[in-house]
Amino acid sequence: MVLVLALGDLHIPHRAPDLPAKFKSMLVPGKIQHIICTGNLCIKEVHDYLKTLCPDLHIARGEYDEDSRYPETKTITIGQFKVGLCHGHQVIPWGDLDSLAMLQRQLDVDILVTGHTHQFTAYKHEGGVVINPGSATGAHSSITYDVNPSFILMDIDGLRVVVYVYELIDGEVKVDKIDFKKTTATTAN
Amino acid sequence: MMAGVAEDEEKWLTAGIAGLQQNAFYMHRAMDSNNLRDALKYSAQMLSELRTSKLSPHKYYELYMRAFDELRKLEIFFKEETQRGCSVVDLYELVQHAGNILPRLYLLCTVGSVYIKSKEAPARDILKDLVEMCRGIQHPLRGLFLRSYLSQISRDKLPDIGSEYEGDADTIMDSMEFVLQNFTEMNKLWVRMQHQGPARDKEKREKERSELRDLVGKNLHVLSQIEGVDLDLYKETVLPRVLEQVVNCKDDIAQHYLMDCIIQVFPDEYHLQTLEILLDVFPQLQPSVDIKTVLSQLMERLSNYAALSAEALPEFLQVEAFSKLNNAIGKVIEAQADMPVFGAVTLYSSLLKFSLHVHPDRLDYADQVLGSCVKQLSGRGKIEDSKATKQIVALLSAPVEKYNNVVTALKLSNYPRVLEYLDNETNKIMASVVIQSVMKNNTRITTAEKVEALFELIKGLIKDLDGTAHDEVDEEDFKEEQNSVARLIQMLHNDDPEEMFKIISTVRKHILSGGPKRLPFTVPPLVFSSVKLIRQLQGQEENPFGDEAATTPNKVFQLLSQIIEALSNIPAPDLALRLYLQCAEAANDCDLEPVAYEFFTQAYILYEEEISDSKAQITAIHLIIGTLQRMHIFGVENRDTLTHKATGYSAKLLKKPDQCRAVYACSHLFWVDDQVNMKDGERVLLCLKRALRIANAAQQMLNVARGAVGSLTLFVEILNKYWFPHSITVFFHRTQK
Repeated sequence: MVLVLALGDLHIPHRAPDLPAKFKSMLVPGKIQHIICTGNLCIKEVHDYLKTLCPDLHIARGEYDEDSRYPETKTITIGQFKVGLCHGHQVIPWGDLDSLAMLQRQLDVDILVTGHTHQFTAYKHEGGVVINPGSATGAHSSITYDVNPSFILMDIDGLRVVVYVYELIDGEVKVDKIDFKKTTATTAN
Repeated sequence: MMAGVAEDEEKWLTAGIAGLQQNAFYMHRAMDSNNLRDALKYSAQMLSELRTSKLSPHKYYELYMRAFDELRKLEIFFKEETQRGCSVVDLYELVQHAGNILPRLYLLCTVGSVYIKSKEAPARDILKDLVEMCRGIQHPLRGLFLRSYLSQISRDKLPDIGSEYEGDADTIMDSMEFVLQNFTEMNKLWVRMQHQGPARDKEKREKERSELRDLVGKNLHVLSQIEGVDLDLYKETVLPRVLEQVVNCKDDIAQHYLMDCIIQVFPDEYHLQTLEILLDVFPQLQPSVDIKTVLSQLMERLSNYAALSAEALPEFLQVEAFSKLNNAIGKVIEAQADMPVFGAVTLYSSLLKFSLHVHPDRLDYADQVLGSCVKQLSGRGKIEDSKATKQIVALLSAPVEKYNNVVTALKLSNYPRVLEYLDNETNKIMASVVIQSVMKNNTRITTAEKVEALFELIKGLIKDLDGTAHDEVDEEDFKEEQNSVARLIQMLHNDDPEEMFKIISTVRKHILSGGPKRLPFTVPPLVFSSVKLIRQLQGQEENPFGDEAATTPNKVFQLLSQIIEALSNIPAPDLALRLYLQCAEAANDCDLEPVAYEFFTQAYILYEEEISDSKAQITAIHLIIGTLQRMHIFGVENRDTLTHKATGYSAKLLKKPDQCRAVYACSHLFWVDDQVNMKDGERVLLCLKRALRIANAAQQMLNVARGAVGSLTLFVEILNKYWFPHSITVFFHRTQK
């Protein structure tokens, strides 16, 4: 059982002062094996904080990120799954499933994680999953009105991944989950 | 020379102990054979060792302790003697025949102890006699130890409420009298030590006095333990007598120590009720006494008392503690004209803490203290002394910590005035303290007025104060500071749009004075606050009969324009471009076509003139295309112009693959699913064909330059775009025709 935290679009300090207190108390160091971040942190302090939660930290570059050395896209293999990461402002139209699917095929990944819209979504699409963890701070977005803070925890176990989404709605944390099974194992390269 | 003296002292002590032990041995032998006469003889000889003048207090103490232990055994022997028929009165008489006065008095006290226990005479008579007789020893060191001995053996025999030695009603007075007299005499001896010996040894004497002070202080402790000494007795008799001695002795070491002692030893309720008496003493003390420490101690104790027992609070009000303390401090500072700044600030700092604990709701008291402090600081310019600076920081942090709400501290009108006396570094530290308090307590600042006051307080971070322009600032620290200011801006909010607009205007005014280094940090949060306000206004109905001066999206957009323009002077084109595009989207949502067009124009100008780095261009063009794709507000002409430009920029990117990708992204600009007049299939295909041409050219270049075939990725991507609903629909239309 491998736990992967997926979050992004925090926009600290431009659009939000900090992560919600309830999220911070849930995110405890040592419990998570990987962190995947869609970008727009935006400052080093947030990077350092995420590093304390888990040393294996992967970040894709968002357009407001202070550190311009983050990659545009990244592919990570976790267990039997290939996971792709990209902020999403490069994929036009923003939030469009077909365009994102094209990126997924391009990167050749089972799970594609992108952000930018600040809207949590999870689609099963052509044998893969396209996920958007939304904004972990509920930061303002020109694309989405009324953003609720959200992040995703993926539990990867063999050929199965359970996607837990945590949303802060009216001060309460609500959890939902989606199951996904891979049909074929990844061939070792 | 000193080492020689120390060695000698060691020798004398050893000799003294040896003599003492030898006589003690014989004394024991006499006691064992019930030989009273010999016991007395050898005990007197033993005690003679204490007649020495050669030992320092520290060494004398060692000798004394041994004698003390032996005298305990002697006392038991005396008791047994009285049980064997010897009258204690006779014994009392007998010991007075000892040759030398010091041994005589030690023995007298020892017998006195037995005498009191026998109850053959009232305790008070014996105690009175003993305390008078001890006057026979006027040598400071020996006298102090003798009287200390008297104090020790009499402690458990003082007439007190419920004690077995209680006689008629007055006996508590007698206990008090006894202890007070012993105390007075001991203090006199102690003070006399200061003037013994040559002037050059003054430091040594003062050190020795310091070693002995607890002997004197012990008496006060004994007084506090007498049950019968209640508040009235304390107020009427004990305190005035003690203070009389303190003032009259005119010795600064004694005065300081004893004032401290009084404050420590007696209960806080007593201090509260005798506050005026205590405070009146301070001006009468020697000018060299460190009054501020003592006063601060007193205030600390009272603050803690208030903090721990809420029931006592009304008492504080009743005795008007605050105003008395305030006046006392004023008088002290006036009396000591050359008191350093540090001293005055410490006093006010303690008084402020007192006020916060005892009268937390009386902000006017706190403000008064700060005001008095400002008066003290005025005319001195910026504070250079680091001790004073630390005290001022403590002074200013106290209200922030106490109230956990910066807004309360903002109400103290004198608060910013104190800040003005701090140097720039410390000003920044205070500003950070304030911001941290806001973030930690999640304080919302809800009016423009409060925002104004807050920004006054933190101005050290907002702009370069006089003289700081040349200061070296660590880059990391600077970033951290400015990021904290950015976070603070998120906490300034009011749901009422009118008030919110005022807040935004106030913030804008302050950050624009921050200079080019600060704007990239402070402008974005303000822009996003404004955009959020616009969205809120969007939701409201336009009131045709509304106030002319009411906040409208247009007004906010004007403000936004000015704010983002400030970035152009730095320059920060990438950031400004992103912010312009955000505003364009907001204008789109408000149906304000000209405003949206203007923002796009500004963004395009930045792209053309300022963004030359290839990587930056790629991101910028994606943002432009992505934003434009979502615009529904533009009429045909405007849209055409903007789209044409965007496609042009795309085709002019440096690397062919990037050109190709940007161009096929532009294909989405001609076809938006949820809009009727936005489906120009022909232009979509034209765009894709152009992308194809670029891809071909890229392939060829690769062949020529590297002799490689190159990947087909670009073609696959373009093919994917052809499969898009828009292109397919067009295809079908075409084929159907």
